[in-house]
Amino acid sequence: MLLGRVVGTVVPCVVYEGLQGVPMLLVQPMDKEGAPKGVPLVAADSTRMAGPGELVYYEGGREAALALDPWFVPVDHTIIGIVDTWGQVQNAAFSKKS
Amino acid sequence: MILGRVIGSITSTINHPFYDAKKLLVVERIDAAGAPLADYVIAIDTVGAGAGERVLVLDEGNGARQVVGSTDAPVRSVIVGIVDDVTTA
Repeated sequence: MLLGRVVGTVVPCVVYEGLQGVPMLLVQPMDKEGAPKGVPLVAADSTRMAGPGELVYYEGGREAALALDPWFVPVDHTIIGIVDTWGQVQNAAFSKKS
Repeated sequence: MILGRVIGSITSTINHPFYDAKKLLVVERIDAAGAPLADYVIAIDTVGAGAGERVLVLDEGNGARQVVGSTDAPVRSVIVGIVDDVTTA
């Protein structure tokens, strides 16, 4: 899974069978420092609660569809959770060398 | 599997039901010498890894679901080991 920031919503008018009512959000992927990386992608939202501005983590690939119900749907990225806190380990005392 | 180092953790209250009470760690990829690479992954911890530790991450769906004991969980990345030493020829 990777971190991303929700930057918008997508409202499709016609979707493949099984995807009716599944929220689609525009997600900007982030690198490990929290900076934007690459171009935004469209992800289904398995929490059904994420919205623009929120920090989320999302799964890609085959596992993305497994997060949805029904699960046998054509989806390649799905938001799994909304991040409350995410801590980077900054303290050198915790950081073993090599 | 990939070599990584734990650089952070994630907490969330709103998540997919499978992820309730699961420990999520942010793992950066490292090379054999321990130098960080640009990639990272968020993985479920199954071995009790902690901050700064070198770990082994399984990044494949079927194996990961076997590790977490489910046939339909939306899981691809799990931490399956803590690395003591890496030797290159």
